[in-house]
Amino acid sequence: MNLAQGVQVVSFGILAVMMIGAALGVVLLDNIVYSAFLLGGVFASISGLYLLLNADFVAAAQLLIYVGAVNVLILFAIMLVNKRQNFVPFPTAWVRKALTGVVSLGLFALLSTMILTTPWSLSNAIPTNNSIEVIAQHLFSDFLLPFELASILLLIAMVGAIILARREYLPDQVISPGQRPVLTLPERPKELLSVGDASRNIQ
Amino acid sequence: MQIQYFLLLAAALFCIGIYGLITSRNAVRVLMSIELLLNAINLNLMAFSNFLDPTAIRGQVFTVFIITVAAAEAAVGLAIVLAIYRNRDTVDMEQFNLLKW
Repeated sequence: MNLAQGVQVVSFGILAVMMIGAALGVVLLDNIVYSAFLLGGVFASISGLYLLLNADFVAAAQLLIYVGAVNVLILFAIMLVNKRQNFVPFPTAWVRKALTGVVSLGLFALLSTMILTTPWSLSNAIPTNNSIEVIAQHLFSDFLLPFELASILLLIAMVGAIILARREYLPDQVISPGQRPVLTLPERPKELLSVGDASRNIQ
Repeated sequence: MQIQYFLLLAAALFCIGIYGLITSRNAVRVLMSIELLLNAINLNLMAFSNFLDPTAIRGQVFTVFIITVAAAEAAVGLAIVLAIYRNRDTVDMEQFNLLKW
């Protein structure tokens, strides 16, 4: 084992321990703000693993999109619904946790035996030096249709997220034509919404 | 480095994500578990792309598409969580029984 391989193995070990520890923290910690920050740690560790796999472009995209966009979005959602409530415990919760743990461990055992017994047909070719050019050639030749569909999907998701997160439209707002207010959004105020829903919350 | 290390790591991450997806009661944590699952799949694809197909890296292209879909999923999912929170005034998964007979 020469020096480069040793550095690779050591950095793989550090990144793997960081990733598994942070992922366990995401799932097991009680405070959800800690979970969100540890999720950023998981994404950053996975970006490092991509660098070990000779994928510089995808590592940068992972860091930009996941840590920069998705994680910040999750933090915003936590701040918007930050309600310190203790969930009502129900008596059979430990059954669910134990059963899920058994199922997860069984799935991991199954997957690891499959991974360790399969004879992988490894390739001996040298990895490409300029992955960005190869990805761009794929995107504009044989993956052109999924590339265009992805842009349409992003547009649909943006419109759908805006419509879902907006407050309800208030069509019966009385606006006389003489004194039309200039800069008002046609939305229902929040107090009216909570009063209207109060009967549904009492159960 | 061998392909088995990366695949085992991805399998462990996938199982942690499954555990969190089923046992957590906060709706935002469920979305975080889904992100963990998608990242495990991405790690799998990247390992295959590097070790089995290093010249024409198709796995990396698939990973870029999965990252795109995951970003769209996170935006729509968090919007749904906000809408349900505004209606029901809670994020407890046990009380989201609007469509349950």
